[in-house]
Formats: sequence, structure tokens, C-alpha cells
Amino acid sequence: MSQHTLSVLVENTPGILARVAALFSRRGFNIESLAVGTTEHPEISRMTIVVNVESLPLEQVTKQLNKLVNVLKIVELDPAQSVQRELVLVKVRADAETRSQVLETVSLFRAKVVDVAPDAVTIEATGNRDKLDAFIRVLEPFGIKELVQSGMVAVGRGARSITDRSLRAIERSA
Amino acid sequence: MTTEQMTGAQALVRALENVGVDTVFGIPGGAILPAYDPLFDSRKIRHILVRHEQGAGHAAQGYAAVTGKVGVCMATSGPGATNLVTPISDAYMDSTPMVAITGQVATSLIGTDGFQEADISGITMPITKHNFLVTNAEDIARTIVEAFHIASTGRPGPVLVDIAKDALQATFGFEWPVQMRLPGYRPVTRPHSKQVREAARLIVEAERPVLYVGGGVLKANAAAELKVLAELTGAPVVTTLMAKGALPDSHPLHMGMPGMHGSVGAVGALQRSDLLVALGARFDDRVTGKLDGFAPGAKVVHADIDPAEISKNRHADVPIVGDAREVIADLVVAVQAEHDAGRRGDYSTWWRQLEAWRRTYPLGYDLPEDGGLSPQFVIERIGQLAGPDAYYVAGVGQHQMWAAQFIKYERPGAFLNSGGAGTMGFSVPAAMGAKVGRPDSAVWSIDGDGCFQMTNQELATCAIEGIPIKVAVINNGNLGMVRQWQTLFYDGRYSNTNLHSKRIPDFVKLAEAYGCIGLRCERPEDVDAVIAKAMEINDVPVVIDFVVHQDAMVWPMVAAGTANDDIKIARDMAPDWENGD
Repeated sequence: MSQHTLSVLVENTPGILARVAALFSRRGFNIESLAVGTTEHPEISRMTIVVNVESLPLEQVTKQLNKLVNVLKIVELDPAQSVQRELVLVKVRADAETRSQVLETVSLFRAKVVDVAPDAVTIEATGNRDKLDAFIRVLEPFGIKELVQSGMVAVGRGARSITDRSLRAIERSA
Repeated sequence: MTTEQMTGAQALVRALENVGVDTVFGIPGGAILPAYDPLFDSRKIRHILVRHEQGAGHAAQGYAAVTGKVGVCMATSGPGATNLVTPISDAYMDSTPMVAITGQVATSLIGTDGFQEADISGITMPITKHNFLVTNAEDIARTIVEAFHIASTGRPGPVLVDIAKDALQATFGFEWPVQMRLPGYRPVTRPHSKQVREAARLIVEAERPVLYVGGGVLKANAAAELKVLAELTGAPVVTTLMAKGALPDSHPLHMGMPGMHGSVGAVGALQRSDLLVALGARFDDRVTGKLDGFAPGAKVVHADIDPAEISKNRHADVPIVGDAREVIADLVVAVQAEHDAGRRGDYSTWWRQLEAWRRTYPLGYDLPEDGGLSPQFVIERIGQLAGPDAYYVAGVGQHQMWAAQFIKYERPGAFLNSGGAGTMGFSVPAAMGAKVGRPDSAVWSIDGDGCFQMTNQELATCAIEGIPIKVAVINNGNLGMVRQWQTLFYDGRYSNTNLHSKRIPDFVKLAEAYGCIGLRCERPEDVDAVIAKAMEINDVPVVIDFVVHQDAMVWPMVAAGTANDDIKIARDMAPDWENGD
């Protein structure tokens, strides 16, 4: 099994998330991470989907995804040729005794404190998976009260855009 | 472009008329009711009021199969829509072009568990090619045009259009023509010429090639092209259950049907082949048997209009994405070019083997020892007497397999059945739809007593609407195919397969109650006369209760989960592959 990151451009229509998510489960794939949002073109949404599969089943699911009428384009992003980021919000126990140590960890990882309470701080951190895993490991001894993570978003390096041609297709059909 | 004030319901009917719909099978109900009012006035559309929505769906499938047009069915929200789920799923599995139109509760009620509300677009998401929920009157006409386009192009399939009641009722400015908005829908039909040339090279280099022909060839109207390709190459042809008639059964290059109940010759041809040329076929498990034992020595050329089918089950050495007709036409040119360059396949050794299998293991059946009626004999005689110009519509089970084996199909599209989904109850309503589409042809429903009891209510529709189909109920009193498996794999423990339908219901009386002619046949010597009598009746539907013996089995058989090489020609009898004679 290996990890693959798919960027899926879709028409921004109701139900498209359900169609894509249902297709993965129906064909027996587990989605590791999923993030959706509109692109620079409001009629196009972009899903970043991370899956753990062999390459042959991945080809099958990609072909099935391509058959969804509202799917415009699918690009697999090579980790070496793309920037991949996730965001976590983590609420850590921090009283007068431990707060300074927690804050030191925060600055080491270039994270940021977004809320402070007498016995806890809430920290925002972004980065790739490895960095965030390391960050969470270091915070664990202080006592993690709550942790929430976004799905991964990713974009290819360099000047090229994957949305241009899809936008032209939309403009032609409008 | 003209603008005209009308309701969403009127726009729906107008759009259906404008895309060429002449027949709709359906049942009204609360949410779809606004659409039925303007439908009442349509001079172009005949609405056939069925007795159950499942009947409407299968009728639309039968209509689509014989006309090549998109079949249309209509139902109301909630249970009306969910009753369409089975035929939609059937159409999805067999790639039937179909548009299902359902009423939905008013927009303000959607999501509130309103009366007769069901999320039918959510329910049918995995069994439709695409579906739409329409909540604005302005979107109805465009959606209908898009639905018909999607259903009928590329790999055909069912499309559901769910329309909220308030959208049907709203008045707006209707405009025609409408512009489709489908930027993500671009089916590929033109095959890649380099791949086609590579396929042609493999064909002339092969020693034991087989053309493995699936339903896509019929969908693409490519039977004429297929015949040219087969005769040009001289390669044997097998046609799957969904492709019967793509090459005439009587054609010398035709080796029959492969698969679980295929002929030894067809199964052997695939298994011993060194090159499979799959045309519009999808390597279904009922054809391949255990996948890792399927055609172990063969390279694969796989042509299909759906890229997702290629290498899904079996790796394709030469993938070709395209419409079967264009692919085959291009292959003919490419193979001819190989011949012109002096490269031609020599399959004479292969044909000696194939002929030996064909001679030694023809399809056949044993007559019952007690002199009772053999189901295979009945079906064979119907095929011989009704002839190649009739349509034959099977249900699902033993009778379906016998209808595939013992009726000779000489033209494309003459055999309709539920292949992928295996929907019992398909036959009567699909035959009804076929007869509506081809009123001047004889349409025979070859049904089982189990299947018949699932959907025979449509006989009322047939009698009242003047749709004189002929139904041959192959009545063995049992769920025959399940019983066969119990015989073979469950030590003859016949758990819940005896329907007692030789006693209840009385199919002759049932037919008469439905305004049809009911006939019964129990002896071999009466078979021809009763078929002849049925053929003389062309004003009302006819039902013949053929009371047949219950122990007949479908042979040959590749048991589920075993390899094709383990095919049995009768119980515990395997063919001798190497010594055909």
C-alpha cells in the first residue's frame, strides 16, 4: 500500500461531495484525508483526497471518478513536486508551571497560540504530516485535551495551473 | 429562440416531445401529478399506465432495447420512485439507455421527512450513470436534454431526473432550444489508431485468437462490422449472453456463448486462446469463472467505450477506448493492411481443435424418462416455430439460460434479458415494452413460474392497452436454478424452492382474469399445436402454461468460484480437452 494524493476538480454543484465520497466507499477504498473548497473560479471546487492504495486499484478508482459527470479533472500530485499542508488546532493543558515549556515548543515548531485559558492554551500549527506528527508527539506529555485536524491541501510546484483548462471547458458550456 | 409562458410541468412535457419521446411508461401520484395534466394533452407522447412502477422501468428497458432509443419511465415520489430502483439498477448493469422521471415533494418539504418523501437521487447515486434533483422550473427543459444526452451517448445507462412539485407548478418563460451545461462529460468514441494497429498486428501473429464479443457490440450497432472482421480474420467468435445475435448463431465462425452455462467449444476457445480480442465485453465473473484460471495463456486486446472497464478485471495488453463500431471498422482496415503486407494469421490447427470440441460437445439435453415435458424442448420449439424475426424476452434462471442456448439468434437485438443484475420478473414488462417499440413483430416472453409471479400484473396493462405479447411460462413449479444449485451443492436439500405453482395459482385462469387467452400444455405431442395456436392470436395477449418436469438442469456448467477449465457437461462429467474426437 502506498499513499497517493489526488487533486480533483469538480463542478461546484450540490451533492458532489456525496458522489465522490460514496464512490470511494462503494469501490472499497478508505479515504485518509479529504479537503474541499472553492478555487479561484467560484464555479469550480477542488478536493484534495489522500488514499492508501496500490497503484492498480488507484487507476480503477481514478477512472471511475472520471466517469462522474460533475468531475472535471483529476491530477495525482507527486509529493516531491508539490507543496502539501495540513492544519491542526490543539488544546493543551498548560498551567502556571508548564505554560512556559509549552510556549517554547510552540515557538520551536513555528506554531501559534490562538487562545489562552488559566489552565490550557489552544495552538494552531500548519505543516506537512511529518512535522505535525512530531509536534503532537512533543505536546503529548503536557496533556492534550482536544485535537482537531483539517484535511490535507496540496498544490503543484512551479508556475503551471491545473484549473485553467477546466475553466475553459466550463466557459464553453455556459 | 422563442419565449413562452408556461408551467414547469408543461415545460417537462414540451422538452420530452422535443427530444423525440413518443412513449412513456408510468403511474401518477401526488408529487408527479402536475406533470400528468399537460401529458394528458400531448399528441406526441403515448403514456402507458402500468400497474407497478417496476413494470414501467422494465418496459422502458424493453422499449429501449428494440428501438435503440432512450426508454422513459415516470413515477411519483417516495414509494413510486423506490419501486423504480430495481429496473434502474438493471439498466445500469446492462447499460440500457433510460431516463426515469420522478416527482419529488415540494422544495419546502425536502429534508423534513414529508409525506411520500424519499431521497431518490441519493438512493440511486450508485446505480445511475447520473442523476439530477431539479428545484427550479427554469432548469427542467435543460435537465431533460442533458439527461437524454447522457443516457444515450458513450456507454449508455440510466439517468434519473427528480423534479420537486413546486418546480412543476411554477410559471416561467420557457425558451427553446436550450444549451447543455456538461463540461465534465466527454465520452471518447474515436479509438486511438496506434492501438488499433497494434491489435491488428497481434491478430495476424496469433495462433489461437478469439473474438470475445459483448453487449457493447449490439449497443453500438456494430453487427455488420463484426461479421466483416470475423470473416476477414477467420478467427472464431464467442458472443456473451448480452451479445446474442451479434453474429448469427448459424455462422460457421460462431463458437457459441461462453461462461457459466456456455458451450464447451466457446469456453474452450477462451481457455486455450493465445489472444483474446474483447469487443464491448467486460470480463464479467459469469464469463471468466475464477479469474486467475481464465484464459491463462492469452494476451488481451480490450476495446470498450468505458475506460474504467479496461484492465478492471483482467490486464489488457492493448487497451482501446472507443465505440465498438468505430473500433471494429478501424480494425478491419488495419487487419486488411496487414494482409496486404503479406502478414496473415494461420489458424488451421486451432480450427481443427475448435471443430473437434464443437463436434464432440454440442449443446443438448435429455428428455425426461417418464415421457413428461422437457423445458428445453419447449423453448427450442418456440424458437423454431416463431423463427428468427421474433423477439425473445427471458426472465432470470434456468429458462433464461435455455433460451440463450436453444433458441437460434440470427440477428442482433432479438434476445432481451437481464444479464448483469439478474432481475427475476424482467420478462413480462420488458416484453410489453418491446412490443410497444416493435408492434409489428412477434414478442415472446420466455418466463419461469417464479419470475412470472413477480410481475405478471402487467398482463392487465397489455390487455387494456392492446399490447398482444405471448408469454410462455416454463412452469416447473420451482425456483429452478436455485433448486439446481441445491441439487448440486446442498445435497438435494430443497429449502424453500418449491413454489407449488403447478397447483397455485392456475396460470390459465389467471391469464383469463387479466383479459388474456390462457392455454396449457403438459405433453410433448401438444407443444407444436399450442405454439401454433398462440401464434394465430394477435389481438390479445396469450399466456401458455407449459407444465414441465422439475429435475431438468442447465448444462454445461462452470460452478461459481471454480475455473472455466473445470466446466462440467453433466453432473460429474468433464470434457476431455485434448482428445476432442
